[in-house]
Order: sequence, then C-alpha cells, then structure tokens
Amino acid sequence: MLRLEKRPNPSQFWLFATPVVAVILTMFFGGLLFASMGTNPFTVIKTIFWDPVFGEFAFYLRGQLLVKAGPLILIALGLSLGFRAGIWNIGAEGQYIIGAICGAAVGLAFYPTESRLIFIPMIAAGLLGGWAWAMIPAILKTRFNTNEILVSLMLVYVAETILAKAATGFLKNPEGMGFPGSRNFSSYPAAANPELIAGSGLHWGGVAAIVIGGLAYVLLARHIIGFQIKLSGQAPRAARFHGVSPNRLVVLCMGISGALAGLAGMFEVTGPAGQITIDFNVGYGFTAIIVAFLGRLNPVGIILAGLIMALTYVGGEMASTNLGLPSAAIQVFQGMLLFFLLGVDVLTNYRIRMAGGK
Amino acid sequence: MLRRTLLASAALGLGLMAATSSLAAGMDKVKACFVYIGPIGDGGWTYQHHQGALAVQAAYGDKVEIAFQENVPESADAERVLTTMALGGCNIIFTTSFGYMDATNAIAAKFPDVKFEHATGFKRDSANVSTYNARFYEGRAVQGLIAGRMTKSNKIGYIGSFPIPEVIMGINSYYLNAKAVNPAVELSVVWAFTWFDPAKEADAAKALIDQGVDVIASHTDSTAPLAEAAKTNGAVIGFGQASDMSEYKDGPRVSSIIDNWAPYYVKRVGALLDGTYEQADAWEGIAGGEVEIGEITALVPAEVKAEAEALRDAIAAGTYHPFTGPINKQDGSAWLAAGATAPDGDLLGMGFFVEGIVGDIPQ
Repeated sequence: MLRLEKRPNPSQFWLFATPVVAVILTMFFGGLLFASMGTNPFTVIKTIFWDPVFGEFAFYLRGQLLVKAGPLILIALGLSLGFRAGIWNIGAEGQYIIGAICGAAVGLAFYPTESRLIFIPMIAAGLLGGWAWAMIPAILKTRFNTNEILVSLMLVYVAETILAKAATGFLKNPEGMGFPGSRNFSSYPAAANPELIAGSGLHWGGVAAIVIGGLAYVLLARHIIGFQIKLSGQAPRAARFHGVSPNRLVVLCMGISGALAGLAGMFEVTGPAGQITIDFNVGYGFTAIIVAFLGRLNPVGIILAGLIMALTYVGGEMASTNLGLPSAAIQVFQGMLLFFLLGVDVLTNYRIRMAGGK
Repeated sequence: MLRRTLLASAALGLGLMAATSSLAAGMDKVKACFVYIGPIGDGGWTYQHHQGALAVQAAYGDKVEIAFQENVPESADAERVLTTMALGGCNIIFTTSFGYMDATNAIAAKFPDVKFEHATGFKRDSANVSTYNARFYEGRAVQGLIAGRMTKSNKIGYIGSFPIPEVIMGINSYYLNAKAVNPAVELSVVWAFTWFDPAKEADAAKALIDQGVDVIASHTDSTAPLAEAAKTNGAVIGFGQASDMSEYKDGPRVSSIIDNWAPYYVKRVGALLDGTYEQADAWEGIAGGEVEIGEITALVPAEVKAEAEALRDAIAAGTYHPFTGPINKQDGSAWLAAGATAPDGDLLGMGFFVEGIVGDIPQ
C-alpha cells in the first residue's frame, strides 16, 4: 500500500521540480491522447512546443508569444500576492474587462486628440477601474465577511454584461453604421498601444509585465508588506500576533490584483485587440490563475509560466489548423497541465511511503 | 533610340501579358481555410459553415485542400490565426463571424495575394477582401406569417441576440409579415445579449411564455428556446434557427431558417480555380439557396402551410419584398412610401423598429 506522509518542511526539491515534471507528464499523456486520435504524437508535441519558437514561422510567432503572455503575466503577478496570503481573487477576468472599458472610455472621450499625453490618464483609468471592481468583493469581505471567491467570480458576469452594453451602446463607434464595437485604436495613434519594435510583439503591456515582475520580486523579498503577506498565508495566527491586520491585507491584495488586471485590460484593448467588442475578453483572467500556480506564485516563475502557457495556446492553434486536431483536444491538453501540476504538487508537502503490512 | 523604345515596349507588353495571364489563369490547386467562432459541433452557426466547407471539398476533391480553426475569439487571436493561415499557404480564407471584421481587413492588407472572405461585415478596405451575407430577413417574413396565423393569444415573441442591424431587420420583418395576416398581433422582444448560451436563452423563452406569448422566434443559436416551448405541451411553438433543429420536429418546431453557405463557398473557390475570381459584396437570399425554409410540420394547418410556401416562392421569384411600403418608423415618421421597397443600404444600417412594435432598442 502507498500512503502519503506529511513532510515536516516543504520539499525544496519538489518546489522547483513540480512544474517541470508536470510539463513532462502532460507531454506524455497528451501524446497518448493525440496518438489515440490517429495523429503522430511527436509531430503534435513538436508543433506545439518547438515550431512557434524555432520553426518556419518563428519570426512571426515569437512575437505573438509575447502578445499572449503579457496580459497573463501581469494578471498572474497581482493574483499571486493574494494567493500567498490566502486571499482568493477569482474574478480577475471581470477586473480586466472593467479596466479595459475605463481605459478605452477615457481615450475615446478625447477623440480625436493628437496629444500622446492622453495615454497617461488612460493608464490611470485602467488601473483605477480594475481596482474599483476588485474593491467590491474586498469591502464585502471585510465588512460582512462574504466569500471573496464567489463574489469576485459572479462580478465577472456583471462585467461581461457591462461590456456588451459598452460595445452596443455608450462606447459604440458613431461611424460604425449601427454595428457593435468601439472605434478602433489602431486608427487613433495618440491613444494606441502599438508594437514598440516592429515584428517583436512587444508593447507597453509587455514592458509593464517585466517591470512589475521586478517590483513584485522586491516587494516579496525585501519589503515588510511582502513579509506580512507570506506570513499571513503560512501562519495566520502568528501574523495577527505580529500586528498584521487581515482586513488591511485583503483590501491591499485585492486592490493590487484588480489594478494589475485592469492595467492588462487597458493595454490589450488599445493594442492587440484594438477595440471594445462584445466578446473582448477571452479568458486571460482565468488562465492567469493557472499561470500563477504554474509559476509557484514567484514573480520569476510567473514570467516563465506565462511564456509556457502562451506557447500552448499559439502552438496548440498551429497544431489544430495544420494537423486538423479539434480545438477541444488542445483544451484537454491545457487542462492536463493544471491537473498534473496540482497532482504533483502534493509531493511538495507530502512524501510517498510504502506501508508495510498492517 | 528606336531600338530602345521597341525593347521597352516589348518588355512592357510581356509584363502586361504576364500580369493578365496570372489574373486569368486560375490555379491548379486551392487551399481554402475557414475561421470559426464556435466548435463545428455546435449544431447551429458554425456547424452550417463547416457543412459549406465540406461541400467545397466534395465539389472539387483533390483540387482543394481544406483547413479550419474552431473557437477563434474575436480578438487579437483572430489576427494571429489569420496570419499563420496566410503564411501557411492558404489561398482563400473565410472568416465566418462579424467580429473578425477589423482583423480580416488588417491582415488582408499585409497579404495582397491571399483572398479574404468575411461573413456579415461591411468593410472591404483592400481589393482582396470580399464580404458575404445572407438575406435572413426573407426567412423571418415566412416565420412572421406562420406566427401571425398560428397565435391564439395574439402575442408573439422574439429572442434578440444583440441590437445590431442584422437582428433588428429580422425583428421588423417578422413583425410586419405577422401583422399583415393578423392585425391584432403584438410582439414582445427579449434581448439575451449572447449568440449562444442555452441558460440565458431558456430564461428569455420563459419570460416570453410568462407574458402569454405562444409563438417564439429566436436569433440565438441553441435549441434551448425550443426545449422551453416543448415543456408547455403544445401550447407554445417555435422555429429552428441557423440549422433545421429537426430533433424538435415532433414537438414545438414548426419550421426553421437554415443557413446554407455551401453554394457561395463552392462558387468562390471554383472562381479561384478557374481564374474568374473577383472582389464581391454578396447578399443572397432564398433565391440564391443560402436561406432555406425548413419543412413546415403538420402542426401548421394545410392552408397556412400553403400560404407560407407561396410567400417563400414569391420572395424567391422577386415578386414580393418583405419590406414593402407604406411603412412608418416606430416614432411615426415615414420610412417607405406605398409600394416602395427597402433599399439594401437602409436594411444594412437598420437601427429602428417599425411602427407598432412596443419597446425600445437598447442603446
């Protein structure tokens, strides 16, 4: 009989080995899945993990990895702070939407200005919008002890309804012949978030992701707030004795994660997406939860995890188009990654023992 | 001097010949690619587009290669999918949702040798972008007639997806043609703000049934409204949308609008093969075979069925237009004079209800 035994201390080895083992297991079982569907598993795995970076069209797809990874990293960085402290913001998708609407609204209000300065209040509006949306579950939790998981998640659907309103109503392009969707920022250069180096895929969102990754690292490693966050997650009682106010921490962590999600939404709507549309959000806020855990809630890890996640999307799409795999198979493949990650993660805190006899 | 001119004109002539022949020569093999908003098994919108793609394969066999991508969001992802398709050797790319409009035009500008075909849009920024749509309002007219004849409560309903011209046009056509046969008819519109969400669509249907509505048409793609109607034991009827939804044929589904994209896809890929391809703005309806009226079931009395089929045939023959004046706008102002038919431009940008419909279009 196999039996799990709690380790006295989390294993440092498994802490770092878990993501690697999870990726390898995903490749193996994903390969079995693809083989059972009649495609060559090695070709599929190569198409997903190798071709986007080194293949024929890598010159284009490498940049696309950054486009896809940017918002994932930004959102995941914010989420990781709360997750460390045991504060579960599941509604980053909603905060992302509201940030995008607020940022776009400020830009569109000044249409057609030619002053590049407009981009600064737009960034502020994106941050504030996401922050404010996250404050709803935060304050409900601190005041009325509601569950922030449920409230933040349900607010995603409220945000989606507001998004539909924005696309068909108050932000609708007045020259769009009645069709839904705002003006496109690609033809409004003062307020746009363009590629900084042509073909690189890098826009201000990517720059922000790297800068904020650095700040998050310093915060966690060197700042008292980082210490309080970690302490609250590991030993809530000790944290209270240490003088950490749980309510203050909830407001802080929810606020930071909401603001960063809003920022990601604002960069996305003015850059790669280009406009507010009914289906503007594509699930970055939810995928970022996977990225945060895949990256071990560690800023450097999150940047790497964001890139790997982007790879499964971009490569998965290539596999789907070129090899005729149904997109559901690719989604199963991505799901396996989270499944194995959580499964293998058990080994960080537990070890497997052979139980002899009784 | 003379020789140089001769040479130059010869070269020019050769160049022209080369240019014209490359235009007219057609291609030996075409790779046709399709971008889908949903999964090919959605039973509605995407399913019907994929049937069109399969028809292209069946029509040209080895001369075409089909590739497609499901579940492509209407965002930056669409641009990436289009770029990789164009880089990957697609000769013609069909983008099958309205939300791909800007992405299609942006990528088309970068790949002038690849043909792009965008469904339901209006932007054709470069010469290699064509648009196509179907005159679904023609099918709505037939549904309206059936609704007007079949309702017992004189209350009919419509589940709107989004307040865009395409949908508003359908609502107006449905109402006008119901009212033409039943002046007492009243229309209720419920906005679901989704294209596909069975739970929301079921709620919308319930809301209509609670108001006493007994005929429901929907502009959303799932079978949920029919499932709700089925619970009323025959008191409420409805229509199949986008696909036939024939699984409800023994129940509330009395007819349907079927999107048939196959004729257009076969025609366009064929034109590319034989070299006759040109930029287009296609808007075919019942006559072109793109809008089909699904079988009218036995629940509908024979004389109503005959009347509905006569209306369908009159529309196909061009002797009847579903928007024929006199028609006023909801606010009472004049739109179409007696005998006038709606210009396409008015329909494509339609942002108002016609007189008699109660309720506002959400802004």
